[in-house]
Amino acid sequence: MMVKLRVNGVEREADVPSSRLLIDFLRYDLGLTGSKEGCGVGVCGACTVLVDGELFASCITLAVAVEGAEVTTIEGIAGEGRLHPVQQAFIDHGGFQCGICTPGQIVAAKALLDVNPDPTEGDIRHWMMGNLCRCTGYYGIINSVAAAARNSGASQ
Amino acid sequence: MIDFQFHNPSSLDEALELLDRHGDDARLIAGGTALVLQMKQRFAQPEHVIGLRGLARNDGLGDLDETGSSVRIGALCTLRRMEDSQLLRQRIPMLADTVSRVATRRIRSMATLGGALVNGDPNQDPPPALIALDATVEFTSSAGTRSCPVEDIFVDYYETDVRPGEVLTAVQVPVPGEDASAAYLKFLPRTADDYATVSVAAVVSRNADNTCRDARIALGAAGTTPVRARAAEDVLRGQELTEDAFRAAADTVPDAVDPLDDFRGSADYKREMAGVFVRRALAQAISTAPSPSGRGLR
Repeated sequence: MMVKLRVNGVEREADVPSSRLLIDFLRYDLGLTGSKEGCGVGVCGACTVLVDGELFASCITLAVAVEGAEVTTIEGIAGEGRLHPVQQAFIDHGGFQCGICTPGQIVAAKALLDVNPDPTEGDIRHWMMGNLCRCTGYYGIINSVAAAARNSGASQ
Repeated sequence: MIDFQFHNPSSLDEALELLDRHGDDARLIAGGTALVLQMKQRFAQPEHVIGLRGLARNDGLGDLDETGSSVRIGALCTLRRMEDSQLLRQRIPMLADTVSRVATRRIRSMATLGGALVNGDPNQDPPPALIALDATVEFTSSAGTRSCPVEDIFVDYYETDVRPGEVLTAVQVPVPGEDASAAYLKFLPRTADDYATVSVAAVVSRNADNTCRDARIALGAAGTTPVRARAAEDVLRGQELTEDAFRAAADTVPDAVDPLDDFRGSADYKREMAGVFVRRALAQAISTAPSPSGRGLR
C-alpha cells in the first residue's frame, strides 16, 4: 500500500507492505540509513526519530499508522552547510565512539533542547535515559548535551 | 510480522463501524508500543488493524480537561502529554508523577492512556494509580456508552473486559479531596526504565484528628491483574495514621497478592516486597502535602 510521509521537510512516498516498520521505511524505501535498528523492541533508542515533533521509536512504529506525519531523522537535523549545535557539541566533547547510538542520541538531545533550552544535569539524565550507549559511557554524552545547551543559548 | 489490512478512520463513528464489521479479526492501534511488539513476535496476528491517530485530531480523544470535580482524559492522550500537563500536575500530582516514571520519554510520547489500560498488562504503572484514585473508564460502541470502575476491566493476564464493538474512549479521574494525599512507589532494582518488581499506589484521606477516613491501595506486578489491597485498607480505616498502623496494614499484603516468578524477582521475594512497599507508600503519602483541591486553577 502507498504510504506518504513528510520526511525532513520533503514529501516522500513508497508502495510498501502494511507491516512495514518506520525504521525500514526510512532505511530501505527512502535510503535514509542514518537511523539505526538496535534492540528492535523500543528500548535502546538507536532508532529514535521525531514524528510530528514527538520522540518515537521507529522500530516499533508501523509506517502506515503515521501516514501523513512530519518525520525528522538525523539527516534533517543539520542546517544548510553547518551542523546543529548538538552535533557540533558531540564532536567537541567526545559524545560518541563507535557511533551507532549517536543518531538516536542527537535526535533525542535536540528534542530536549527544543522544549527545555536550559536543562539541568538531572533533566538531561532523565530525558536521555532511553538512549543506550555501550562504548563511550554516558559522561561524554551528558557533557555534550549540556555544552549544546550553553552554545545554543549563546548564539541567540 | 504478518501483513494485514490497515484502516485509517477519521472519526470515532467510522472506527466503530469498522469494528462492528470486522469483529475479532480486527485490532485497534493507538501508540502501538504494545501491539506492534505482539505482532512482531506473532502473539497477535490480526487480519485488520484500525489506526486511531486520526481520532485524536478530529474527535478530541487525546484531550485532557477538568470537568466538575474530576479530570477527564481522552483515551488517546499520550502519557507524555499527561506528564507535561500543568492541569494534571496541579490537580492530581500523583497521577502525573506515575506516568512520568513509565519507561522512557520516547515510549511515553507514543503510548496512550487507553492503550495502557486495555492491554491488560499487570506490570504497567497507570492501572494501580487509577484504581487507587477511584477512576472510571468510559467505553463507546455503536450501541452507546458504558462506564465502569477502572478496577473492573482487568480479568486476567493480558485479558480485559472490553466487549465486542467497544472502544475505550475516556478515563474520568476524581480530584482527591483536600483531606487526601497520595503516593506511587515503584521498586526498580535493575534500571530506571524497567517494569517494576512491584509497585504500589496509595490514596489516604484523613479526619481532623489524624485518623484514617478512607484508604485505597493498589499494586502492580503483584499478580495476573492489578491487585487491590482491600484487607490493608480495612485495617487502616478509623486508625490513627502512625507507622504502627502502616505496618499492621502492610502485614496483610503478602496474603493478598499472587505475584509471578520472573527475572525481576521470585514470587516469594515480590510477596515480601509488596508488603514493604505498601508500608513505604503509606508513609510517603502521609508525608506529602495535601492535594491542592479547591485552590489554583479555578
